[in-house]
This record gives sequence, C-alpha cells and structure tokens, in this order.
Amino acid sequence: MSNLPDPTDPHSSHRYIPNAGEDIREMLEVVGIDSIDRLFDTIPDDVKLDRLLDLPGPWSEVESRRWFRGLAARNKTAADHVSFLGGGAYAHYQPAVVDQLLLRAEFLTAYTPYQPEVSQGTLQSIFEYQTHQCLLTGLDVANASLYDGSTALCEAVLMAQRLTKGKTKAVIAKSVHPQYTQTVRTYIQNLGIELVEVGWGEDGRVDLDALRAACDGAFAVAIQSPNFLGVVEDYDAIAAATEGITRIAVIAEATSLGVLAPPGPHGFDICVGEGQAWGIPTQFGGPYVGFMVVRDALKRHMPGRLVGETVDVDGRRAYVLTLATREQHIRRAKATSNICTNEALIALAANMYLSLLGKEGLREVALQCMQKTARLRNILHKIKSIELPFAGPVYNEFVVRTPFPAQEILADLEHEKILGGIPLGTFYDGHERDFLVAVTELHTREQIEHFAAALSAAISRERR
Amino acid sequence: MTTPSITNSDEATTQRDVAQKSSTEPLIFERSKRGRRGYQLPPLDVPEQSLDELLPASLRRDEIADEVEVSEVDVIRHFTRLSKLNVSIDAGLYPLGSCTMKHNPRINEEIARTPGFALSHPLQPEHQVQGNLELLWTIEQTLKEIFGMPRVTLQPVAGAHGELTGILMVHKALAKSGNARKYILIPDSAHGTNPASAAFAGYEIRELKSNSRGTVELSTLEAAVNEDVAALMVTVPNTLGVFESEIRAMADILHAKGAYLYCDGANLNSFVGIARPGDMGIDVIHSNLHKTFSTPHGGGGPGAGPVGVSAKLVDFVPTPTVERREDGTFYLDFNHPDSIGRMRAFHGNFNVLVRALTYMRSMGPTGMRRIAQLAVLNANYIRARLRNHYHLPYDAPTLHEVVFSDKLQTAHDVHTLDIAKRLMDYGFHPPTIYFPLIVSGALMIEPTESEPREELDAFCEAMIAIARESEERPELVRSAPHTTPVRRLDEARAARQPILRWKR
Amino acid sequence: MSSIPEDNKYAKSHEYAHAESDVATIGITDYAQAQLGDVVFVELPQVGTQLDANEELGSIESVKAVSELFAPVSGEVVEINEALNDNPALVNTDPYGDGWMIRIRMSDPTELDELMNAEEYEEYIEKEEGH
Repeated sequence: MSNLPDPTDPHSSHRYIPNAGEDIREMLEVVGIDSIDRLFDTIPDDVKLDRLLDLPGPWSEVESRRWFRGLAARNKTAADHVSFLGGGAYAHYQPAVVDQLLLRAEFLTAYTPYQPEVSQGTLQSIFEYQTHQCLLTGLDVANASLYDGSTALCEAVLMAQRLTKGKTKAVIAKSVHPQYTQTVRTYIQNLGIELVEVGWGEDGRVDLDALRAACDGAFAVAIQSPNFLGVVEDYDAIAAATEGITRIAVIAEATSLGVLAPPGPHGFDICVGEGQAWGIPTQFGGPYVGFMVVRDALKRHMPGRLVGETVDVDGRRAYVLTLATREQHIRRAKATSNICTNEALIALAANMYLSLLGKEGLREVALQCMQKTARLRNILHKIKSIELPFAGPVYNEFVVRTPFPAQEILADLEHEKILGGIPLGTFYDGHERDFLVAVTELHTREQIEHFAAALSAAISRERR
Repeated sequence: MTTPSITNSDEATTQRDVAQKSSTEPLIFERSKRGRRGYQLPPLDVPEQSLDELLPASLRRDEIADEVEVSEVDVIRHFTRLSKLNVSIDAGLYPLGSCTMKHNPRINEEIARTPGFALSHPLQPEHQVQGNLELLWTIEQTLKEIFGMPRVTLQPVAGAHGELTGILMVHKALAKSGNARKYILIPDSAHGTNPASAAFAGYEIRELKSNSRGTVELSTLEAAVNEDVAALMVTVPNTLGVFESEIRAMADILHAKGAYLYCDGANLNSFVGIARPGDMGIDVIHSNLHKTFSTPHGGGGPGAGPVGVSAKLVDFVPTPTVERREDGTFYLDFNHPDSIGRMRAFHGNFNVLVRALTYMRSMGPTGMRRIAQLAVLNANYIRARLRNHYHLPYDAPTLHEVVFSDKLQTAHDVHTLDIAKRLMDYGFHPPTIYFPLIVSGALMIEPTESEPREELDAFCEAMIAIARESEERPELVRSAPHTTPVRRLDEARAARQPILRWKR
Repeated sequence: MSSIPEDNKYAKSHEYAHAESDVATIGITDYAQAQLGDVVFVELPQVGTQLDANEELGSIESVKAVSELFAPVSGEVVEINEALNDNPALVNTDPYGDGWMIRIRMSDPTELDELMNAEEYEEYIEKEEGH
C-alpha cells in the first residue's frame, strides 16, 4: 500500500482534522503501536482498499463555491422567475430572524436532547413547538416532529390500525396529495392493510356518498384540506358521514390553519401534515417538517419523540423527553415507530416563525393568501376559454383548465419568466388540460395581473 | 485540568444559584403581551372581498386562541437565551457513541443556502432543475464509489428510514423469487431502530447472541439461517466498535441460503476510504449522512439516510431515480416496475444531500481516508488512557469508539448515570450511556476525528478525576451535575402525569 | 431484602396471585417493582377479558423500560385497579396492597399449584440475583 499517503506526513493534514504530524506519532505511542494501519488489523486484507477512492477533491472553499454555484445557476427557480408553484411546497415570507437564529451553533450543532441538563434550549423549544401545533389544530398532544407530511400520514395510518385491532381497511381521499398516498402504499405493502381511494364530486370536495360506503368496515379515513385540488373540505360533513372510525386530517399547506376551522373540534382524531409552509424554503423538497397532533387518549400510541414538563431536584421547572417507552430504543420491534432522527431543526424554525408571526400574523398571512388568490380567480374567471373546474371554496391554490395541454401553456408562461403551475395530468388521468396554481402573500398585484395576461396570451398563441 | 470548583456544599449552592438565575427563560407563550408584533407584511394590494364570499363561516375560525403576541426583539432574546442552555459540538467534545458528533463545516451551510438550490421547487419540470438533478446524480456516483455498490437511493431522510427502505427492498426481491420469508436476524448489540424497521417492513425478529468478543459467531449464524430467514441486519463495526472480521464468511452463509446481508452503516466513518461494504459481500447499507458526512444534527435532525444496494437489489430501489442521458442532461426515471415505490414525497432531504456532497468534495479521497484513520486513532487513544481507570468489558480491538462500563465504580455505589452527569460539571457532554444493551452500565465513547489532542487529554483527565472522586467522594458524583442550568430531573413525574404543552 | 408474603403464589415472570375462593388478585412482586424502579404507567385489560395462564395481560412501564405482564392463572377479568391510572406509583409503594392490578375469576384453581410458594420464590430470585 505504498502509494497511499502517510498520515503522519505534515503535508497530509486537513483543515477539519486537527491532529497531525508529531501528535499522531505520540498518540500512537500511547496506544502502543507503530503505525495507524495497525489500528485496522481487524479488517481483513481481502476487503481493504489498496487505492484511494476515485473521487474529486479535496476542494478548497473557493473551488466548492465555484462548482456548486455553477450547478445552482443551471436551475430556473423563484430566484429569477415569478413562481405560482404549490402542490405541497409553498413559498411564503421568511423572516430574516429565523435563519440567523438557526445558525446559532448551540442549536445547529447539538444532538438529540438525551441529557436534559445540558439540552434545555432544544427541549424547551420543542415543548413550545408542540404547544403551537396544539393551538393551531385544536387537538391535545403534538410530537416533536416527523420527517415530512407524506411519512407523517404513513405513521397516522399505522397508528390508527394499532387502535383498532383486527380491521385492515383504510380509506383515503383521492384528493390527498398523490405522492403522500404513494408513500403510504409503500409503507403498508407487507402489513396486510388495504387502502381504498374515494374520488371527488363536481365541486372538488370528497364524494360523501362514496366515502360513507367505503368507510364501512374500515379502521380509518384520511382527508386532506385544502385538498390537492386546492378545495377546502367540510370537516363536519365528513365526520357525519364517517361515524365510528378514526379520522385523520391531512394538512399540506400549514398556513391555512391561520383562517380555516381546525380539525380537532370538528370531529378529527389525528391531524398530520407538512409544516414547510411556515416559512421553510421549498429547497427542492426537503428538509421539511412533518407534524402529528392527536387527541389526548391516543398519546401513548403516538410515534416520535415527546417533550414534557417536570422539575429538577431543586424544584425548578424543566423539560425532558418523556413517554419514551413507546420508542424504538426501548420497545424495539414493538415500538410505535422506527423513527429516531427527525426534523428537530426545522421544527425549531417553525417555532420561531409561528412565534414571530403570532396570533395576528398567522391570520394576516392566511387572509392575504385568500384575497390574492381570489383576485387571480376573479380575473381568470372573466377570460373566455379559461375554466376553473371546481366550484368548492379554496384557500390559496386552485385548478385552472384551458383548451390546451397544460404542459404547453406552462412552457409559454416560462418564456415570460413565470413558473405558472403544476400540471395535474402528471397525477390524475384525464386532467391533461389542468394545472394547479398557488398564490401566496408574496405575490404582488402586478405579478397576479401579469400572470393572467400572460396566460391569456398563451392561450391565444396556442389557438393560432 | 482543574477540578470544577465544587469543593463544599455551600460553594455548590452559590454556583448553582448564579447558574440558575442566568438560565431562567419563560416560555414564549409566557412572554406574550397583547398588541406586540414580530412581523410586518406589505399592505394588501388587491381589492378586498368580504370573507363570507370567499369561505363560509362554518369552515373558518375566528382566531387562534392563545397564540402568542411578541416582538422581534422578544423572539431574538428568547431563542438566544434558550440556545445558551444547550451544549454543542462547536463548543467542545461531544463524545456520544454511535451518534458521531463531528465538526460541521460552515461552507456546507453557505452552499445549501445558495438561492438556486434553496428556492427551487420539488415539482418543477426536469429541464428547469438540471443543476439539482446533476447534483443528485453526482452524490449517487460518489456514494457508489464509497460503498463499492452499483446503485444508491437518496430518498430516505434518516437512518431508520433507510433501514425500512432497505428491508422493504429485501422483502420485495424475495417475494419476487417466490418466498418473502419470515425472519430478520439481529444481533443483541444492535440499535433499536433495526428491529423496529424490520417489524415495519413486515418481518419478525430473531435475536442473535454475541460471542465473547461482542461479535457474531459464525456457528451461531450458521445455525440460525434457514429458508425462513430473509436477512441479517448487522452493524459494522458493531456498537462496541468491533469490526466483524468474518463479514465475508457471514455473507457467504447468508447467500448460500438465499438470504441477504444488511449493514447498518451508522459507523461507516470508522472505515470510509479504507474498505468498502460492497467488497465485503454486503447487499444493503444505509449511511447516516449526518454522521459520517458532517451534516449538522440540529438537536435531532434533519438527517439523510441514503441506501446502497448490491446488483441483486438494483431493480427494487424507490422511484424515481435520477439518470443521465448521452447528451449530458439529466432526468427522473419512474420506469422501475419492480420498485418498492416511493419512500417519501418529492426527492428526500435534498438540502441535506447538498451539504453532504460539499463535505465529500472538501475531504476528497485523501481526506476521506483520514477521517477513518484519525477517528480510530482518537478513540484508541482514549481507550489506552482510560483503561486503567474504567472497566473494559470487551477487550477485542476497537475502531472508532470504545465502550467502558461502571463495574469498578459500582463498588462505591457510583453508576454510569452519575459519571455521565458529573462529566457535565467538567464541561463535557456525556458519552452514550446504557447502550449497547449487552454491556451493563455501558459508557460508549466516540470522539471522532474532529478532536484535537488537547481536547482528548482534557476529557481523559476529567474521566480519571471522576474515577478518583467515585472512590473518595462518591456523594459528589452521585449528586452531579452541580453547575448546569438545571440539575437532575424528575423523569418519573414527567411520565406519570404528562404535561406536553403549555396551557393558559 | 424484598417482602414475599406467605399467602401468595408466585410466577417466574414475577407476578403474584392471591386467591380468595375462586377469585385471584394479581400484581407484581416487591422484588419486581424494585427492579423496575419508578413505575409510570400500567396498561391493564378490560373487565370481561378472558385470559389463559401465561397469556400477556398488559404491560408495566418505568421511565426507561417496559415489561409485559402475564396472567399466572386462567379466567375472566372481573375487576381492574382503576387507581393505577392516576397513581401508578402505588405499584412501588404497596405492591401487594393498593398496588394490585387485576382480579381474575379462575376457571381452573388447580393452576395455582403450578406456581411457586413464598419459599420457592425466594430461592428463585436469589438465583436470579446471582447471575
């Protein structure tokens, strides 16, 4: 292995790895061996590499910046376009404070708070985050976070089945984010659970008659609101149609909780969702933060970490990971979930966002989303050949239908520096002329009007 | 190294009072005052419609009762004060075994915040996100070389998520060949996520007893493997830090019976660049990028848990995959008829992957090898310095971590928990404790390659001082910590009558 | 030294059965509660549940451990100790008294004969300790 570098050679040191040269030699002496290679004697020679890995680097920061920025520049994004993209990932106002505070090393570079005496910062923040989730959803107990909205839904379905031994059918609205449903199908593939999808009616809301029929003999039903078509569901009507089973509300646009009726007081037992809309960058899909909030009676069946309040030996209020016997490190194969690492830092960002926006701000963001969305809908409504196929009430997203394939219309809009929407035909057969448009508080009146004009022009162009 | 200045109970009380006064921070909800605001939006610039026209009252809420009203200053003060109650790797050695608390380079953070990455949307069409797709493709190529395997999926967002992904692939592959089988074998030294993940993938668990070296005895494995066994999940090196030297033979035993070898790659940092899982006969491995590849733990995530597979499992990886065309452009390939499906919406924790690739490039092939070399040297240095002061339950050579027990200290009624808490008084985060389960009173120490020798020495001296205190002044150790923002917590109270949220 | 009342019968999984006519009161032994530490939660079956001897009847949790509870005898659960919901610590403070868990109407009281008496149980835990 003579072609491999000598680790004691001072020229082989690296900026992230302090010990070099003389220190290494002296440490080897303390260990009682003469070379670092001896430390790896337990790895058989026939599996050892006799060469260096065939990889670029080591790069300086200068080289890294050059290469990665070059890559980033090849993306067309909301950085240089006006984006109306939603579909489970929404661009909202991000207070400058949040990212600055997230970079505090004490948050960024701490581990899971296993030792509460030296982790009260993380623990108290999670306790606050849990409280925000409860207030927003109207349910009783929230966990410290799950990976994202899709996997949170998986956990909810599995949890609901644990509550009702023996039943194997779960019902899910077809208007739940299709990638969430796909993820659930992956999770349950070996667990003997049948997933039945229920479609929507003319107004874009779940078909209540079909839902009632499908729920017979089921252990749970999952509904998303606003659903993937952007339409707000009627929780009370759904609850009335689905007596006696665990109801799961899915929230993919978390800012909607600023104005929409919360699922807890309207008959839902579990609320899961995606917290990205609380000011987390869309960053190509992750990291985001999944949340789960449940009725008090279900808390011991929950997946994920929970932080609780207690006191220390001096009687001071303090916070600690609790009800840990549910978790994999104790209950192992019988745990309520296999989750360990979750999305703590993103939950912290959400806590900061929710605290900054607060009672008034969360409502104002939601109202602005609704007003601006309504504005765009009103303009589009007047354009002949544009159809808004679903009449149900919406929050900040809706389906637009033109006489032409959505992909072509969107390509035209891209020429105008507009990322105009998400083609619905990618997710549902028969919707090739439809696309989803999301409007948030970040859009200006000019952008909204420009979008409408550009869309109108695109349709005219396609017609020619 | 000076002893923390807790010499008598009065002094301890005084120090404690000072620490407590400076650490008091109310909940953000308790800071709330009517009329305060922490945000400002541009004024609404579209004509305002009545709310009733937009949404029936029955679908709305009037307010979010009890949500906070605080100013930006309140928020900054609050979270800055909270942050000061944490210890972190940036502040010093954080030797949590198995968790790999290494230096988190800040260039990774900067690159991840590049607007072209941070503002990209997961449902953009391929032609708009060629940079992202090239990045994903590149990290897969990089991990393929590191693992020595033909395919790596990037969808899993944590180690346990990767385990589930891997075992689902094994299940699907076996099912396709006619028999999905019933059992997953797991050594008694395994992480708790292994049995939990295997159970969620639809398997029952059979535990394998470790031998006196703490590793899997070939004869034990041979006796346990039959046509009902789907796979062995083994951590390499295991949670004692011991490398399974007979890993190839283990693979052969499993393969001969049509079973798979799953490797929990939590400890990849101990052999990265030195040896490759693919060359060991391993069929599936997940790697926690927040361990080996330096992405910050953030108090419990986000992570990423890419999974590498051998040729036998390539057809079963989650969809979509990222592929390169002949012309150098990239696309998402959904055409994998045998895929287990999608493990998560969108593309996994993309911006964790960005950080990890930045790190991989910063290290390069020489740095990658040096990670393992120095991580193992540092751990063995601690082992050598402490082995006369703490009991070493398994004497086999270890790589990146070392597991002691409290056996010598229990004679003085000082236990692992006490030692861990006392370390806090010396300014160190404790090691992982009471794990692995096969060691009674385990103290699992993993320094990583990031620690300078002076820090290792200071830690060893603190540990030695605690060993001495355990003999001479055990009560001091048993009542530790004395200098932390809060002291030992009543965990039974937290669990008996859980208070899991603030209420007015 | 833990308390081992003479008038109970004991299972190897550390449950006791205290029989009065055909009803047996079930709980865990003083030794078991001491091993567990602070009990924080006890999960019990519903009244009316039919249990077979050695069948899992519920679980008991301390802060960092969970143990399954097994029925020492077969029969129908006729009463559960609701007080443990609010005060699981009773299992620690008074395992044979207020910390009892369930009462079973035994379908086969001869099963009691297969359990250990106090003396045998004392030897049994001494042996376990020795490990």
